[in-house]
Amino acid sequence: MRVLRTLLASLILASAGIAVLAFATDGFRAFTTETARRIAVRTHPVALPDVELEDSAGRRFALASMRGRWLAVDFIYTRCMTYCTILGGDFAQLQRSMAAPLRQGHLTLLSISFDPAHDDPAALADYQRRFVDHGVGWIAARPLDAPGLARLKSAFVLKAIPDGLGGYVHNTAIALVDPDGRIVDYLDAGDAQAAARVLRSRLAQ
Amino acid sequence: MMALRDKRLAATVVVWLMLALPPARHALEASMTTQMLLQLPLLALAGAWLARGVPPAWSAAWAAWNRGGVTGLVLASMASMPWMLPRAMDAAVDGWPVELLKFASVPLLIGLPFALTWPRMGFVVRGVFFSETIATCFRLGWLYRVSPERLCSNYLLDDQQRLGNWLLLVGAAIFLLLALKLMAGRFTADGGHDTV
Repeated sequence: MRVLRTLLASLILASAGIAVLAFATDGFRAFTTETARRIAVRTHPVALPDVELEDSAGRRFALASMRGRWLAVDFIYTRCMTYCTILGGDFAQLQRSMAAPLRQGHLTLLSISFDPAHDDPAALADYQRRFVDHGVGWIAARPLDAPGLARLKSAFVLKAIPDGLGGYVHNTAIALVDPDGRIVDYLDAGDAQAAARVLRSRLAQ
Repeated sequence: MMALRDKRLAATVVVWLMLALPPARHALEASMTTQMLLQLPLLALAGAWLARGVPPAWSAAWAAWNRGGVTGLVLASMASMPWMLPRAMDAAVDGWPVELLKFASVPLLIGLPFALTWPRMGFVVRGVFFSETIATCFRLGWLYRVSPERLCSNYLLDDQQRLGNWLLLVGAAIFLLLALKLMAGRFTADGGHDTV
């Protein structure tokens, strides 16, 4: 009798445990926070927060005013020598491979600094020059106040943690925002060709 | 008897509260290594101390469903699996609901049932437990060592690799102690009160 009861209790607990694990991993698909944020926006797109930004020419604009076109958004800080150089390189390549939709205003590349205290318009302009910005369709900007940065961080599930060397380590991806102003996907950094393919198919929709 | 039980209960609450207060919580969660190898084990230990405080009637009722300590081991294993996910360790740091879940489930669903079930576990069940613990340390340790990507978005890559090294070390230490015990120690085929 005790054997059967033990078997029954163990089976129930094991099933419950597997159910919990399935729930905690989106059905065994997401074991990391990064995968989880990607799966989450694909099923439930996240609306862009209403944040005021300042670009590398010192112009101020609302993020909400960017609706009506596709946006590829990355988060950077200009002193960064690692991930952001990958992202900067990606955007410089996309600027060439996606030249037509960028010129026509169907797509805009947007780099947002999460270190606004240091990244003033001049620093942002330097950052773009480092990657040979062609001047078309790539905006580098910073949020104007701390609450704006906080709203951006929360909407994009952005994590920037001090690396102990005066810089930051941050999750690196290119966020895709649709013309309705919703974050719909995250693309891997470091593969501008794959990103261009995804962008082309989205633009053809 | 009552006094001892009360003392243990008090000790559990004190340790639990100390771990839950911001200074210790932030210190232990500042690194992936200390969250996994200090905070989580200490929480489980706090739960294990509760075991002596469980009324004998409850223990007896639980024993009727826990032959050879199997049910208790299944419960503790299942409850510990989610806390091995990088995502869960991240989420616990990021928000209080998951943190609360961690502070409740690790003592009550891992530490307590394990302490109650350990004396009932026979030689074979203990063997399964040890081999699986060693294997898990090596699997996770290796993964954390070699992964070129950060698996937790709250922690740095070198922290992850350091945790990997520690896990390999812990796995190796358990293996060595166990081997030493098997070779030099005194053991019977019936390790616990129950036989399997």
